[in-house]
Amino acid sequence: MAKSNKPILWLPFAGGGLVAALITPVLILITGVLVPHGVFNLHYATIAAFAHNPIGKVVLFGAVALPAWHAAHRLRMTAHDLGLGRGIAIKVACYGSAGLLIFAAAGALLNI
Amino acid sequence: MNPRPYVRKVERSWWLQHPRYVAYMIRELTSLFVGLYCALLVVGLVRLAQGQSAWEGFIAAFSSPVGVAFQLVCLVFAIYHSVTWFALTPKAMPLMIKGERVSGTVIVGAHYVAWAVVSIVVLIGAGV
Amino acid sequence: MSETITLEVLRYHPETDSEPHFQNYVVPYRDDWVVLDALNHVKDNLDATLSYRWSCHMAVCGSCGMMINSEPKLSCHTFLRDYRGGVIRVEPLDHFPIERDLVIVMDSFMDKLSSVKPYLIPKQDKPLSTGEYLQLPGELDVFHQYTQCINCLLCYAACPQCGLNGDFVGPAALALAHRYNLDSRDGGKDARAEVVASNEGIWECTFVGACSEVCPKHVDPAAAIQQTKISASVDWLKGLLTPGAHK
Repeated sequence: MAKSNKPILWLPFAGGGLVAALITPVLILITGVLVPHGVFNLHYATIAAFAHNPIGKVVLFGAVALPAWHAAHRLRMTAHDLGLGRGIAIKVACYGSAGLLIFAAAGALLNI
Repeated sequence: MNPRPYVRKVERSWWLQHPRYVAYMIRELTSLFVGLYCALLVVGLVRLAQGQSAWEGFIAAFSSPVGVAFQLVCLVFAIYHSVTWFALTPKAMPLMIKGERVSGTVIVGAHYVAWAVVSIVVLIGAGV
Repeated sequence: MSETITLEVLRYHPETDSEPHFQNYVVPYRDDWVVLDALNHVKDNLDATLSYRWSCHMAVCGSCGMMINSEPKLSCHTFLRDYRGGVIRVEPLDHFPIERDLVIVMDSFMDKLSSVKPYLIPKQDKPLSTGEYLQLPGELDVFHQYTQCINCLLCYAACPQCGLNGDFVGPAALALAHRYNLDSRDGGKDARAEVVASNEGIWECTFVGACSEVCPKHVDPAAAIQQTKISASVDWLKGLLTPGAHK
């Protein structure tokens, strides 16, 4: 038994949980209900301008990266609960997927 | 000391044996749908970086019947995540102000207010 | 003929049984009886070979924890009237080896409890002549609920992580560690962290919350563990940002 380094996984999980709780529902409302029904238009020019702005980049990155990490860590723990074990395969699948999403998001935002 | 204590095996279906654990599993699976929606957003960011026609193609795709159906499922689970997350916050972060414990209801209520404020800000921003 | 109720009790005598099996007992139904009264009736009148732990009969000693219709409960705190007309299934607490009948082997818990150093470790040594450690009522309020644990183990029986990993330190031990970490007279948080903040400590917990739901003394071990996760994470960050600093 030794002090664990789990906080490095847990802190972004906790932050991601709060970000997901506060922001994800309204984002889904916009993309899943309001835009398909024509109530909102996400014009390319407007969204690109927001993403071009450094603060916009940080906001968009945070709204995507933190919840993605939250999901990865939580699904890793749930996999263990479901009897899928706690081996390297589960960890790679979970954190690897989140890592890919986070890199892709960062890459896209840096190119706008 | 008894040489033969009997060890009962935990079944893989342990969580199906009691409503409390079923509710826990549903709560945990909200993160799957949060994660899948994040993947959709990442695709959106990539399309945004690729230019106007790519972005408009992305909008058409998520506005399709399949896109909408998927997102409605995600929305239900995302809301359940928010509700359960706020309910648990007072346990993780008890607050003392001037020696008095702040009631859990106040802490949860403050989170709902924050949720409303963030949602309104984002709606205004996206509606512009 | 006066009303009765049936108990379906898990039996296990290691000298004769290779596996546990159920045995039914029909006992008198009384409005004011608890399951423990029914078990005592069985032992006194029907079957003296039944083994089970009990003591105070008033939910303060923590001895009589059992699974009653698959729910961890104190048998002295569970009324027959809530099961009237049905069958009451009585089994030993989940997630522990069965010693005999309703008696579990709780040695692992005793080890886990002592491993979290559940005693005051003062910030500085003071000689006796300087007098007592003083504490204000407000300072006691901060940790009082975590002093109420009666070691009944209902939380271990309810916790799925205890079922999935026998090495998990568990709710009661971690709640007791929190009791000392919150005590204004204590300076032992780092000494406890070796066990408390290990992978088998707080980090095995996924905040199911079942432990707090079944606790008869409202200790709320789930809250204790989540608060410890935050505190341990802050300490971890401090350790990262100020390596080698003496705390």
